[in-house]
Amino acid sequence: MEPIRGEGLVIAITGPPGVGKSCLVDGLLHRLAPEHIVAVLAVDPTSPLSGGALLGDRIRFSVLDDDSKADSIYVRSIATRSSSGAVPSIIQSLASHLLGNGFGLVIIETVGAGQAEIRCAAIADRIIVVEGPARGDGIQAEKAGLLELADLLIVNKSDLPGADKVVNDLTMSLSITDDSPEIIKVSALTGDGLDQLPAMIFALESRVSSQRARNRQRLLMAHEHLLTANPNFEAILDRISQEGLSLAQALEELS
Amino acid sequence: MGERQRIIIAKPGLDGHDRGAKVVARALRDGGHEVIYTGLRRTPNQIVRTAMDEDARFVGLSSLSGAHGHLFPTVCNLLREAGLNDVIVFGGGIIPDDERSALHASGVRAIFGPGTTSSEILEFISEAAGRNCGVGSQDPWHWGE
Ligand SMILES: Nc1nc2c(ncn2[C@@H]2O[C@H](COP(=O)(O)OP(=O)(O)O)[C@@H](O)[C@H]2O)c(=O)[nH]1
Ligand SMILES: [Mg+2]
Repeated sequence: MEPIRGEGLVIAITGPPGVGKSCLVDGLLHRLAPEHIVAVLAVDPTSPLSGGALLGDRIRFSVLDDDSKADSIYVRSIATRSSSGAVPSIIQSLASHLLGNGFGLVIIETVGAGQAEIRCAAIADRIIVVEGPARGDGIQAEKAGLLELADLLIVNKSDLPGADKVVNDLTMSLSITDDSPEIIKVSALTGDGLDQLPAMIFALESRVSSQRARNRQRLLMAHEHLLTANPNFEAILDRISQEGLSLAQALEELS
Repeated sequence: MGERQRIIIAKPGLDGHDRGAKVVARALRDGGHEVIYTGLRRTPNQIVRTAMDEDARFVGLSSLSGAHGHLFPTVCNLLREAGLNDVIVFGGGIIPDDERSALHASGVRAIFGPGTTSSEILEFISEAAGRNCGVGSQDPWHWGE
């Protein structure tokens, strides 16, 4: 589980669906490639009904149409699959592997809802949370518990009315802490505010509280992995169901 | 239902809309597969690159413009050149009967016309997944007929 990695940075870009994460990643890639060798791991949810997934982030990556840049970009779409927790650890090994093989930056795009998705973000060295003027029902990232993970907050869609209100609402929600992340306003559509992003990302410091929130996720992930990787896991599950083994006894046997 | 497959749905060529491709993409997702949808106007090179990066087993191509006669075989050739011999190619769109055998010969394993049901496409996926019928295979098998 421990990352084995070379030089380089793993960042997560997370936030509610439709907020413009993929378009932002595209804007970033246009500004990073070909000087930087970048990998994008685009995570989308698996449909709980069918077990299938429609992975559509690639549609937004217009940068792949530019032959002078496409060769320094690798995009891999990943479905969250079951809630087994396997995907976050797969993403972690993929990210380490990419960093060890010449990629200087790995971007994990993930919807900021659901345990698996949040754990995918928690793998990253830095987490960028994206918000935007949406359906007018408040700050989505706050509801999803994403704000504490953020090292930088991007309010996208600055070309739309309502972006300033989102910035104000976020500032209000964050004003209780003295370690709050910077908030910037951009438009992935017009490119407004995007030129500063690459430098900001490479210089981004991790906040103390986001580091802690991230480590909490990582610790939980490692613990779950420890339990499920135990060769007796299934057998002990059977004993809980069939012999009335207590959870406390089960935990003791597994750890 | 067969195993879960990773399937690229792409629309080469310049014609305008991708309604059909989206319907197929959703049907495959609802059938339990992971579908990577690439959007409009991808070049054959981009499609092959996507299949490689995404480690896909299937590539589904949609064409309405009549460009399939050239574009579908080009994709098959480029896949073989890239060493992606296991990738299985299928196509959809308005494709006249007399053009089908040339497409089959070039490596396209199924051609689905406008009236095709989702379940037929899903049946094809699970049958083809169990055969050695990638673009590099000599097996003359193709869906239907
Ligand atoms: N007006 C406006 N629309 C945007 C902007 N960025 C993205 N969008 C649109 O928002 C929708 C969702 O974008 P996408 O990047 O796929 O969102 P994601 O689900 O967060 O990855 C698309 O229709 C985009 O065209 C922006 O800055 N301004
Ligand atoms: Mg997206």
